[in-house]
Amino acid sequence: MLELKDIYKYYNPGTVNELCLFKGFNLTVKEGEFVSVVGSNGSGKTSMLNIICGSIPIESGSILLDGKDITREKEFRRNGKIGRVYQNPALGTCPSMTILENMSLADNKGKTYGLRRGTNKKRIDYYRELLRPLNLGLEDKMYVKVGSLSGGQRQAMALLMSTMTPIEFLILDEHTAALDPKTAEIIMQLTDTLVKEKHLTTIMVTHNLRYAVEYGDRLIMMHQGTSVIDRAGAEKAALGIDDILSKFNEISIECGN
Amino acid sequence: MDFFITILEQGFIYGILALGVYITYKILDFPDLTTDGSFPLGASVTAALISRGMNPYLTLPVALLAGALAGICTGLIHVKGRVRDLLSGIIMMTALWTINLRIAGTSNVPLFSKETIFKNGFLEGLLPEGLLPYRTILVILLLTLVTKLILDFYMSSQSGFLLRAVGDNDKLVTALAKDQGNMKILGLAIANGLVSLAGCIFCQEERVFEISMGTGAVVIGLASVIIGTSLFKNLTFMKATTAVILGSVIYKACTAIAMRSFEPQDMKLITAVLFLIVLLISMDRKKKVKTHA
Repeated sequence: MLELKDIYKYYNPGTVNELCLFKGFNLTVKEGEFVSVVGSNGSGKTSMLNIICGSIPIESGSILLDGKDITREKEFRRNGKIGRVYQNPALGTCPSMTILENMSLADNKGKTYGLRRGTNKKRIDYYRELLRPLNLGLEDKMYVKVGSLSGGQRQAMALLMSTMTPIEFLILDEHTAALDPKTAEIIMQLTDTLVKEKHLTTIMVTHNLRYAVEYGDRLIMMHQGTSVIDRAGAEKAALGIDDILSKFNEISIECGN
Repeated sequence: MDFFITILEQGFIYGILALGVYITYKILDFPDLTTDGSFPLGASVTAALISRGMNPYLTLPVALLAGALAGICTGLIHVKGRVRDLLSGIIMMTALWTINLRIAGTSNVPLFSKETIFKNGFLEGLLPEGLLPYRTILVILLLTLVTKLILDFYMSSQSGFLLRAVGDNDKLVTALAKDQGNMKILGLAIANGLVSLAGCIFCQEERVFEISMGTGAVVIGLASVIIGTSLFKNLTFMKATTAVILGSVIYKACTAIAMRSFEPQDMKLITAVLFLIVLLISMDRKKKVKTHA
């Protein structure tokens, strides 16, 4: 279970551009929940993910993971239990290393990176089995550099790599936004399969309202650092794209757009 | 014949330096000017130890460690102090000038009458009579080969993978729950350790420590790396480390040939012009604009 308690976050504090994004923001994500987060640009979706992962500091408040306070824990330490996929497919893989080397790197997460051989030959077949269901032909390109793969192929790898080792939390930061509609669909289905298979607690930020409605068991809509819609379970299932869109319009009118 | 052997000797010594520059420039994507200070650091440590009568072979690990320490300092300045990469190197390079002078005692330490890794009783007893004239090149070849093999082994290890990842995409290293800053420091330590080792061997080959011997070391290293990696990039079976060492030999051959028709004081100008030519031919500048993003 993840808890954000009374979070305060300012951007450019002490300057004329000071901007208060979160003012006493609270969020609780239960074990095994799949939360979709929507909202306009600047509503605080990505900032929320960055705060959870420790990529940006907060002014006050606390972050609890399974009851343990991780507010002061460094980003790389938190990542031991968190897997994250970014919008940019290049951020989840190493372009100058081969598929095999990338998979081996991810496979070793949580252990020490010592002087043993970087690739374990016995694991190669296992990596192939992981790549095969993607139907992207990656299992036959084990010795190809990831830099020469397409965005969709890289994103599929990034997703596999971030969920390869046991993690408690999966953070998806608009991970289908840079992909074409067909590839986005494949990645989204892969996400759903992985999340269900491994019972991962997931937060997915997306601009695709259909994905937000179709996937996940809870939906949050953010606006100016607060959640304006928060539905879970049957209430979420009853929610349609039109409901979210009308709320979007309502907010836009308030903002004078 | 002597001309070729000298080229090979210098080429292989600078090959070790080029391996260090390869780590910072190609793998970490870190323009590390510490090189200009850590090369004479290895030499000054060696001069100080040998003139105090220490076994010359012990200077190799000591120089390696001294260089690694310098690299760690650059890394700490950059990672913990958040100083830009280029400036961190310049700071250390400047500081090392004084440190090198302090270690060596003066700006010029001749080692002509001392035992070195190339000239000592042990080596003379070991090698057959016929090979003695070639002992310098043999020892250098052995040292370069061993260094290369150890580096190859490291690069294919888990830690080596992580080092390659940090220059490629440091976010991924963070995602793997490892401190990317520490990996950068480790990379700088290894790189400067190698550079300092090259300085140690070079000083014993030349039989003199000279405070200004490091000036331009980074340029020579970069030129070797760029020649090696761009000349042999289509030979996929060749390891980058091999290519870099061969690049260093080619570069040394070019300078040696050019120097035949110039005065010794033209050396640095030729170094710079050759580097420029290498850059223009290889068009490596374009690659620095990251095509992936």
